[in-house]
Amino acid sequence: MTGPGRIVCDECTRAEALRAVAGRGLPAIEPGMPVPAGTGLTRRGFVVRSAGLALAVYGAGRLGLFDEGIAAAAAQRSSKILVTVFMGGGADSLSLLYPEGDPLYHQLRPTLAVDGGTQFSEDARLYWHPGLAPLAQLHAEGKVTVFPSIGYDHPDQSHFTSRHFWEVGATDTRLLTGWLGRYLDAAGTNDNPLQGLSLTGSLSPALATARVPVAAIDGPGQYDFWVPGVWGTVETRMLDALGALGSVRSSDPSFRTAARVTAQSSTLRRQLEPFAKDPPTKPATPYPTGDSFPQQLAGVAAMIGAGLPLRCVALDASGAYDTHAGQVAALDPALQMTGASLYAFQRDLEERGVADRVLTLVWSEFGRRAKENGSGTDHGAAGTAFLIGTRAAGTQVGEFPGLANGLDDDGNLKPTADFRGVYGALLEQWLSFDAARVIPDAKKFQRPTLVK
Amino acid sequence: MGAPVYRGEFGKPQAERLLWRAGFGPRPGEAEELAKLGLEGAVHRLTNPGFEKLVGPKPHDAKGRPLAPYDAWGHDHCWWLDRMVRTSRPLVERMTLVWHDWFATSNDGVGSQRLMLEQNELFRRHALGSFHDLLFEVTANPAMLVWLNGTENEKGSPNENYGREMMELFTLGADRGAYTENDVREQARALTGWTNRWSRSRGEYDFHFDKTRHDTGLKRIFRRSGAFDWRGACKLCLEHPLHPSFFATKLWSYFVPVPPSRRTLAALEAIYRDGYQVKPVVAAILMHPALYTGPRMVKPPIVHTAGLLRRIGMGITTTDWAWIGSLTGQQLFYPPNVAGWDDTRWLDTATFRGRFIAVQRILSDRKLDPAKAKDAQTADEVLARALRFWNEPALSDGTAHQLRAFARRAIADAGSADWKQKQYPVMVEQALRQLIAVSPDLQTS
Repeated sequence: MTGPGRIVCDECTRAEALRAVAGRGLPAIEPGMPVPAGTGLTRRGFVVRSAGLALAVYGAGRLGLFDEGIAAAAAQRSSKILVTVFMGGGADSLSLLYPEGDPLYHQLRPTLAVDGGTQFSEDARLYWHPGLAPLAQLHAEGKVTVFPSIGYDHPDQSHFTSRHFWEVGATDTRLLTGWLGRYLDAAGTNDNPLQGLSLTGSLSPALATARVPVAAIDGPGQYDFWVPGVWGTVETRMLDALGALGSVRSSDPSFRTAARVTAQSSTLRRQLEPFAKDPPTKPATPYPTGDSFPQQLAGVAAMIGAGLPLRCVALDASGAYDTHAGQVAALDPALQMTGASLYAFQRDLEERGVADRVLTLVWSEFGRRAKENGSGTDHGAAGTAFLIGTRAAGTQVGEFPGLANGLDDDGNLKPTADFRGVYGALLEQWLSFDAARVIPDAKKFQRPTLVK
Repeated sequence: MGAPVYRGEFGKPQAERLLWRAGFGPRPGEAEELAKLGLEGAVHRLTNPGFEKLVGPKPHDAKGRPLAPYDAWGHDHCWWLDRMVRTSRPLVERMTLVWHDWFATSNDGVGSQRLMLEQNELFRRHALGSFHDLLFEVTANPAMLVWLNGTENEKGSPNENYGREMMELFTLGADRGAYTENDVREQARALTGWTNRWSRSRGEYDFHFDKTRHDTGLKRIFRRSGAFDWRGACKLCLEHPLHPSFFATKLWSYFVPVPPSRRTLAALEAIYRDGYQVKPVVAAILMHPALYTGPRMVKPPIVHTAGLLRRIGMGITTTDWAWIGSLTGQQLFYPPNVAGWDDTRWLDTATFRGRFIAVQRILSDRKLDPAKAKDAQTADEVLARALRFWNEPALSDGTAHQLRAFARRAIADAGSADWKQKQYPVMVEQALRQLIAVSPDLQTS
């Protein structure tokens, strides 16, 4: 009754495309798109879109050349950056690196078995999903560490609980700060919201801090605040007043939250102001088009290239991975776009000469059930993760446990690597920080060598 | 023993807070009118609003054409926002929003604005009705059947999507020991049997229960055995001993930002157990002292936007509201996932800017003309006028102080230049309108 037919319906596809762009900040100027009339978001604001970024050039008249953003950037130019990319919904590990060489694979996946991929050089049983061919290429260059079966003991099959565990870096439902948030609370500063940057539409829970400011934006060139009919010194004063509203004191927690975010937004605006004035150079490698994920990655690369003081960045991968039904139709384009975007990002970083400062961790809250349910798969346990970068060790961590003995009582993949050990290793080897201060019981988890 | 009832003064500030929590904020004069009824009378009016009247200018797009909510991108969002702005039944509309978040369904997965709006009508019909009926109808609702693969759940190859979420998110809650992974699998079997057809012209249609697709075998769920079907699955969840506490706690959280005391929770559960009725539980929450004496809440973005429009009697004059909604972190009919919006994290630097743009959008329709500037004006006069524009919202001393300081400095910048003396106060007034509407005072209630 359904099948892929519903997904290719013309009207839906168009609405989808429009929504996908509009949902991520400034809408593109495309036929049929409602023009953002009356807000001043005129076409003039989009003229440098070719860089893969929507840059708001109408902010160019403002002052503020060398303020704290650039000063801080100069001081931190050499610091390491960790980018995390979340494949939301539970990406199917038996498709990402599919075990064509496992005799049980076709039995468990009679209709969903993937084919047409290249063999994974570290384990002859596994093959790269064709959509991830760009990652296979980077892997061949020694720039990808693969985690074929990563998770934790006593897996939780709720999206929200399992994702929460990964975001907070512990199997603890009560922890409120993210694992990167706790790192920033200890190692970050009070005046740099860009140190924890979400491009996920709202603040990534992994970046939730208790103390220091962090930021969420849609793109680096768009972060302006202006009011129709207000300009000159009145506008400058108004922007100062916006920051001042953030300093209003209150005993009320929600009021304080609103004030704090106002202050952070004001600081962030000043940090990004010079960036908006000075469009980044066009990336040498073209990014894929038609999706917000590659645009956001291009924005991150441009910000790093411009020397902005980023430390931890969170993004959502292209596509949706909760493939209970219609798995092939959903997964193929999602992996294709995600793989090609990550590849372009890596090449862009290399072209800009900053690749040695950036590692990218790609993760999902769990994998999916080994046995298919018809046209899809239900929630599983261990999943697949990747660590990408010129400094990534490039050898797999843990191994594919096999379908004969590698499934738990629920028919889900058992983990051969623990995400908390990976976090610990990244903190110590990449961010040069004591893992025990961030990850509860960090010592319990074996920390693999992730950085070369 | 019943839930505690607020006995303090019920004046304009209390009535305003009630209108924010149980609706979309006051229209001019509305809070005063409600205050006259006293707490009980006010809550009675909100929970028994009678027939709906839509007050104010009809919605249209920027070219003056009527909205096409079934068909055109973003018009669904604008259509509902309009209803929030113009309705005479704010609590019904607010509860519709609560159910949209509780049974969060996204058009991202459904791909049909028509099915989404039909589901919306279901939420509105049961806004203050029976949760029993609501759960049954949601389980058989086409948008939900598409969203959580109910129609892909078939005998022999059960799909666990709906069965899991109905327990985790809709009725029982995760991590409470309410159900096991085996219960998830067995619920999925009980829920088998729904199907529908698809065609290029009609999309998904003809949703119905097909008993040949239903697994009629014995299931074991919550330690009970039976040949349960979808009705049985719903009933088992409603009768689960941990359901009333889940229901009362979750419903409470939409109105009050701190958890209920044990006594309050027990009282709300008792009210709810007596027939699964929503209205008496909501009424008890709206009369609770915690709502009036407790801390403020961050307004959901759509409540902030609708509230500003209600304050100044402005209608929907553009479909920009859809993408602005997305920038604020709340595009209606597109919750981020099946768990709905995260009410504890509405505000960050991105969504704050979204709210700023929402205000900017209103003000671009209400621009002041510097050419029509009057003679020199004081900072206090200008601030008073900006507050009048928003129908006199209450501001904290700290915020008022900062706004006044801004106005003074910015007007003083005009110096002795005649045109600046005339035009600067106009710009300052416009800037003040913006700052007031994004201040922490107006982001929270």
